[in-house]
Amino acid sequence: MKTKVYKLFFDYEKEERWLNKMSALGLHCIDFTFGRYLFEEGAPGEYTYRIELLDKMPSHPESRAYIKFLEDAGIECVATHLRWVYFRQKTADGPFEIYSDYNMKIAHYKRICWLIGVFAAVNLLIGSANMIRFVNKGLPVAVSVLNLAVGLIFTYFFALYLLRIRKLKKEKRLHQ
Amino acid sequence: MTESGERGALTEAAYYILLALHTPMHGYGIMQFVRQISHDRVNLGAGTLYGAISTLLDKGWIRPLSRERDSRKKEYVITQTGRQAVIAELNRLQELIDNGKKIIGGAHSENESI
Repeated sequence: MKTKVYKLFFDYEKEERWLNKMSALGLHCIDFTFGRYLFEEGAPGEYTYRIELLDKMPSHPESRAYIKFLEDAGIECVATHLRWVYFRQKTADGPFEIYSDYNMKIAHYKRICWLIGVFAAVNLLIGSANMIRFVNKGLPVAVSVLNLAVGLIFTYFFALYLLRIRKLKKEKRLHQ
Repeated sequence: MTESGERGALTEAAYYILLALHTPMHGYGIMQFVRQISHDRVNLGAGTLYGAISTLLDKGWIRPLSRERDSRKKEYVITQTGRQAVIAELNRLQELIDNGKKIIGGAHSENESI
């Protein structure tokens, strides 16, 4: 039986934890498109899920070579959404992490920071520019408020990832 | 770290990949091998392994093995330069171990005598 769940995440690690919790309950994610998860019933805990933001779109030859490499290693690509990829591996095959070193973990967080940071900045800029213009003209400012709110939410998550980078960099000074 | 960067410490991943590739292997084989010889301590992430393999290929420390029959999964093998890098790393690690044993071993017996 298949189940659809609508949910929105800003923190991909929280999303990973949720997918793994669902898997533990016997609900395995088999597809994702913006906010819509498709689950299939199966053996509880059969899969471990990981999410990654690629450098290039999944259709790019470099990304395709990378995904194929992972597939050859027994990792299944469940879904792709823009540059995001959803992977899973049979839990029985052992612990599943995409990155086991600090440098690549940091590089991954940095990619996410760029994505979120640019999105936050654009929203804040458009929001405040329109706000000033609309207030001067006496027009409704609802959309600008929305822009500003989205901008602020994304600024928060931008900072959250920055903190994670800082923590890893500190670790990296002593360990590899 | 020296200027060339060639004589700096290897990462654990690079070191173990180079050891693994003394026998030709594909990506998954490397992951299994490393997990086995480290008694489950080192679990190479597939993304980390992919990144390390690309860098090692760029440096010419490993090369892809072209096999007509099974070209689906790419296999890699260590090169002569790669072997030299492992030997240099082995010597560096030996120095670390020797010095550690000399100092900690010495301090340990000193404490015991007190």
